[in-house]
Amino acid sequence: MDNVTTAGHAPAGAHAHVHAHDHEQSFVWKYVFSQDHKVIGIQYTITALLFLLFGFALMALMRWQLAFPMQPIPVIGGLLGAANAPGGIMLPEFYNQLGAMHGTIMVFLGVVPLAVGGFGNYVMPLQIGAPDMAFPKLNMFSYWVYFIGGVVMFTSFFIPGGAAQSGWTSYPPLSVITATDGQTMWLIGMIFLITSSLLGSMNFIVTIIQLRAKGLHFFRLPFFVWAQFVTSFLLLLAFPPLEAAGVLQLMDKVAHTSFFLPSGLVVGNKVMAIAGGGNPLLWQHLFWFLAHPEVYVLILPAMGIVAEIIANNTRKPLWGYRVLVYAIIFLGFMSFVVWAHHMFMTGMGTTMSSFFQTTTMIISIPSVIILSALFLSLYGGSIRYNTPMLFALAFLPMFGIGGLTGLPLGLAPSDLHLHDTYYVIGHFHYVVAPGTIFALLAGIYYWFPKATGRQMNELLGKIHFVGSFIAINGIFFPMFIQGLHGVNRRLYDGGAQYAHAQPVLHWNVFMSYSAWTLMAFQLVFIVNFFWSIKGGKPVGNNPWSATTLDWTATTSPPLAHGNFETTPEVFRGPYEYSVPGRSTDYFPQNQRD
Amino acid sequence: MEIPYTVEVRPDTGLFNGKLGIWLFLASEVMLFGALFSSYILLRVGSTEWPRGYEELSVPLAFFNTIVLISSSVTMVMAWASLRLHDFGKFRLYLGATILLALTFLVVKYFEYAHHLEAGEGPWHSTFLAIYFTLTGLHGIHILGGIIVNSYLWGPGAAMWKTEPQRFVNRIEIAGLYWHFVDLVWIFLFPVLYLL
Repeated sequence: MDNVTTAGHAPAGAHAHVHAHDHEQSFVWKYVFSQDHKVIGIQYTITALLFLLFGFALMALMRWQLAFPMQPIPVIGGLLGAANAPGGIMLPEFYNQLGAMHGTIMVFLGVVPLAVGGFGNYVMPLQIGAPDMAFPKLNMFSYWVYFIGGVVMFTSFFIPGGAAQSGWTSYPPLSVITATDGQTMWLIGMIFLITSSLLGSMNFIVTIIQLRAKGLHFFRLPFFVWAQFVTSFLLLLAFPPLEAAGVLQLMDKVAHTSFFLPSGLVVGNKVMAIAGGGNPLLWQHLFWFLAHPEVYVLILPAMGIVAEIIANNTRKPLWGYRVLVYAIIFLGFMSFVVWAHHMFMTGMGTTMSSFFQTTTMIISIPSVIILSALFLSLYGGSIRYNTPMLFALAFLPMFGIGGLTGLPLGLAPSDLHLHDTYYVIGHFHYVVAPGTIFALLAGIYYWFPKATGRQMNELLGKIHFVGSFIAINGIFFPMFIQGLHGVNRRLYDGGAQYAHAQPVLHWNVFMSYSAWTLMAFQLVFIVNFFWSIKGGKPVGNNPWSATTLDWTATTSPPLAHGNFETTPEVFRGPYEYSVPGRSTDYFPQNQRD
Repeated sequence: MEIPYTVEVRPDTGLFNGKLGIWLFLASEVMLFGALFSSYILLRVGSTEWPRGYEELSVPLAFFNTIVLISSSVTMVMAWASLRLHDFGKFRLYLGATILLALTFLVVKYFEYAHHLEAGEGPWHSTFLAIYFTLTGLHGIHILGGIIVNSYLWGPGAAMWKTEPQRFVNRIEIAGLYWHFVDLVWIFLFPVLYLL
């Protein structure tokens, strides 16, 4: 660590603390086992982007099988191995592996690590004027535990029998009785990922509470920081029950207990030799107790990113900042009491269903407040249509579609028809893909100059945006149509063998071409990303004329140790744009007057 | 670079970082064990037959272990208090006692486990034994974690007392909070598994 900057930083009552390794850090300690939140943030970002690409590739394979069932996969079909795709034709077991792992990878290894581990780590300490996270060693540890979890998940494809194949929800008894070891690997991987998230969220909360700069009281925090704050509480309190559930299912798999296996379970015409007395519904309760808050873990950081970009590019304050904050806190709280709306079909009873559909309707209120406030923020602004803003603007209607189509799923009567159909897939993908992932892409374009000192190419960015926007709707909108016709979400042949699916079957081909088109447009992004690191337009410290500390109090990229030359002090709220009577249209938080 | 408030208290929150951190960690632990206790309740309520804990398990051994753990909590506090009174010798004594008591707990637990496993009654035998092994096993891992941390603070970690005494006192306080929580879990486990 660097002691040169210490003198100016150490708070009152500094103590004589001697660092053991003060000289030049070797490559390994600087970039691999780094304790700098910025390096860790970039590590998370790169790893998560790779996993997003990998998860997307799994889906691209599945889309072939859905569009052209039982036909050999061209070009790469032969590479998948005889155990997965003999003659290039995908086996049902392999299809199930792809489906289960697509969901797991996208959620736990892609979006959450990118939104929280990547953006949270990189941006949040800068926005609150902190020299680093509160526990830098723990931060490094979180990343590496996440990495190990990712490796476990990835290698499970290559063990005999392949990866987990019981859906990303891993419902027992199916997940337990499936003879292959993929599920065991999944559970072990999940325990690593959960541990990583727990340690990370603890670190985030302590950092936000303890390391805010002088004058930065809670109602001066940028909305992005609020979003990370609430998200961290969700991770901290919702993940342990899934860890418990994971341990129980691991016991079922390895120690042959029957926590989730009922008495007299018949598999393959034989009564299973187990103690019995377990309850499959127990898993569903424990799983969804995490996995519903998890939905908000996916969406809240995205809302935070979008709020930052919208305020910056409309050049006016966010509409209703305090209301946004209250709404997001209420949203976080309510997300703990809606989980069983995923379980209307389990026969848990009408009383339970009534309770959970009521709470589900209530939770839509703060979501609508947030979305409305963001829409109203646009009114009267002189909007700059740069690439981050385009992605942020697209987030609003896309998340709107995703949210509104969720209402019929939250009501038990209509859910009975729509449950487990493609409608559900369309609904949550609108929230997560053109919703959250668009917001994350917006964030990458927005904070890229912060991390590199260079801007990504605008033309390529706009091509990436337009192509992705059209293609992604081409994938997910037809899913609503198929779902309303009752096409089940987990069919290996896309519904070809069902009479009721025939009128909407042709959409499968359209959706698959849309998916592959979407993938092609991501190449534009990948090229832009890597080319811009060295070849992008060099920009100043505050290229977007922003007000928050991440742009105004430090250089781009920030100082390697401690982030700031001098500890910043904050005098005003986060979105003081176009303040009357000032020469510039932005008023930085750390500027006295 | 120095992280603020690792040693001294932040005036407006009244906490140093580690203390807030450990409380948040314990909150997540409450959710972990809370989920397992809830599972216990759900499995038991849904079962047709459920053995009485005292018929399957040894209450005297568990009672002995309860005394052991409560004593270890007391010695943990004494270790912290001794350090506050700048009596490093007594601190070592009390923390050492805490570690030995924790080891005693694990040894007794080992004999309990061995008794069941020798009879061929592992976690697969019944749902009661399954949840018993899971809950006490997870708790045992927590005890083991506490032993490792406390041993570090007793041995090499104690060098910090010379260089940064206040920071070391904070570390002992944090380790103590964790240790009390682990004891508290046992205070729930003992009646739930052995007596009810």
